[in-house]
Amino acid sequence: MNSGYAVPAVALVVLATILVGAFGLRISRTTSDFYVASRTVGPRLNAAAISGEYLSAASFLGIAGLVLVQGPDMLWYPVGYTAGYLVLLLFVAAPLRRSGAYTLPDFAEARLASQTVRRLAGAFVVGVGWLYLLPQLQGAGLTLTVLTGAPDWLGGVIVAVVVTVIVAAGGMRSITFVQAFQYWLKLTALLVPALFLVLAWQSDGAPSHAFDEPATFREQRVVRVDDTVDLRITAPLAVTVDGTVDGREHDGTEVRLPAGTHRIDGGTRLTFAEGAEVPAAGRGADDALTPSRAESREERPLYATYGLILATFLGTMGLPHVVVRYYTSPHGVAARRTTVAVLGLIGAFYLLPPVYGALGRLYAPELTLTGDADAAVLLLPGRMFGGVGGDLLGALVAGGAFAAFLSTASGLTMAVAGVITQDVLPSRGVRHFRLGTVLAMAVPLLASMLVGGLPVADAVGLAFAVSASSFCPLLVLGIWWRRLTPPGAAAGMLAGGGSAFLAVAATMAGYPGRGVWHALLAWPALWSVPVGFLTMILVSLTTPGRVPPGTAAVLARFHLPEELRTEVST
Amino acid sequence: MPQDPTERRVVVTGPPRRARRSFGYYRPRTEIDEQTTLGHTYVRSLMRIQLRTGLTVLAVLVLLVGPLPLVFAAAPDARRLEWAVLGFGLYPPLVLLARWYVRRAERNERDFVRLVEDR
Repeated sequence: MNSGYAVPAVALVVLATILVGAFGLRISRTTSDFYVASRTVGPRLNAAAISGEYLSAASFLGIAGLVLVQGPDMLWYPVGYTAGYLVLLLFVAAPLRRSGAYTLPDFAEARLASQTVRRLAGAFVVGVGWLYLLPQLQGAGLTLTVLTGAPDWLGGVIVAVVVTVIVAAGGMRSITFVQAFQYWLKLTALLVPALFLVLAWQSDGAPSHAFDEPATFREQRVVRVDDTVDLRITAPLAVTVDGTVDGREHDGTEVRLPAGTHRIDGGTRLTFAEGAEVPAAGRGADDALTPSRAESREERPLYATYGLILATFLGTMGLPHVVVRYYTSPHGVAARRTTVAVLGLIGAFYLLPPVYGALGRLYAPELTLTGDADAAVLLLPGRMFGGVGGDLLGALVAGGAFAAFLSTASGLTMAVAGVITQDVLPSRGVRHFRLGTVLAMAVPLLASMLVGGLPVADAVGLAFAVSASSFCPLLVLGIWWRRLTPPGAAAGMLAGGGSAFLAVAATMAGYPGRGVWHALLAWPALWSVPVGFLTMILVSLTTPGRVPPGTAAVLARFHLPEELRTEVST
Repeated sequence: MPQDPTERRVVVTGPPRRARRSFGYYRPRTEIDEQTTLGHTYVRSLMRIQLRTGLTVLAVLVLLVGPLPLVFAAAPDARRLEWAVLGFGLYPPLVLLARWYVRRAERNERDFVRLVEDR
């Protein structure tokens, strides 16, 4: 791909981000501005900011890549990411805002009056935030590498530096403008090329077998496999091989591969005939951005789909960068209306990645083999148009992708820095917040450089599963159940969130490779969420004496409309 | 002070207090503010109706989404249906459900305010 246009586009996005942030900085004066934008952000601006923050690299690049590789089942990801906001609206949005707390640890302390639970919640916030930051930095690296051939770490460093500067300089007020701006930038960057791509598809006679299963090559195609991959083939496949397959050297000979798994060594060139089925790449493919490691359909039982649905539906409410945004609403009613607007904005955005996924299956199916499926969104315009037009559209998409990394990373950094400042550093002033920002970004940046080759792809899915099994029970029970006790909350968070964390960590380490246990550990939400809820309820019931004395008043504050408490506010 | 303070007339400005309706009449509002048992009962009733509203919408969501993976697994040939439903079809119902819930929740709160303000 020609980088002549992409590099200026990325530079422009970075520059515009800094400028909009500086505009916010000029009106960011007080500590309250810094943390919560003085709680004056109206529903529309706040909704655009939440959406801009939420649509991460996984949404912008990852979903299209997943759909390209694994088909329409993967569309459950965007559906889940959206529906998560509906569940948040139903049980959390307004009471969370009325709780008057700023972060999840603040909420835990306000509800349960316990420093232990507060620290535990803080640890989970930092953990989930760092897990979520990792793929953003890696995505930035991948994008810059695909566009310009720059080294892997450069994109991550650029994002880390820009985000740290913006957050440390302007805090929440400036971030709000940056995020809102970036939502519209991201939508434009996907929408405009998508319109052109669909027009090109139409003039191509609107071939519709993109929706068929499995995907097929529509013309003879030579594919160069860069990294060694395992290919799974469901029916015998004739292919011309120039390189090594299953340990045997071939030199431009036609080979008939039987159904099953075949190892293709790096550097091999495969020539597929027209109409040939696109084989599925198994482990070994580098899918850094996808929310979960690519698995072929037969390895994804119904259980996995339901696990994914549960994790995304319930996990959204506990994501630290989402929760912090709610405190910037002026009141509970505004928090609810904001959420409805967010659903609309996110839903509109998610109409686009499937278009790229489907067109990718038609025009670039070989990306599944080369391990660049995540780059499908970036490569598709150049592939379908070529020439200056394709380059310009590609540059627009690249700019949007960088906006995705920047916005999500700044929101997460903001949330993690807030916790570090309040609970780790000795004082809470603005200067310490800046120190906290540097700490919040330094750890994931170092990690992304150190573990570059490891499958950290699961990080986003892991973040959702951990959040769904720790923060979801804490929030829902904390808001609606008056018999929750500090020991119950702590035990539930540890049992649910901890076990989800261990389960996915075990999967990432490659244990166990197959079978029922693999599915159970790779998709923990289905059992870890009930474990979290049950532990919290049972331990609370066995420690009835530990119900905090002010519970009734706290719950009244969560639920009463603001107009009823003007006089009792203390 | 030049004069005896008792002779000075002082005008105090501030938000006008709502006119008391009748003496000896306890409004529910006071019960809530003073956190009496009766006040807690009022808060509880609000929580219960809000929770019921939330659970109702959640039930609709579960009924809408829950069976879909089973349907797609049972009909593996209906790929186009899966693309259409997951790619486009589910988002409008999600937004509509959210709007319905917000309208219900705000009405619950208005009703509650009217009840405790005794209007």
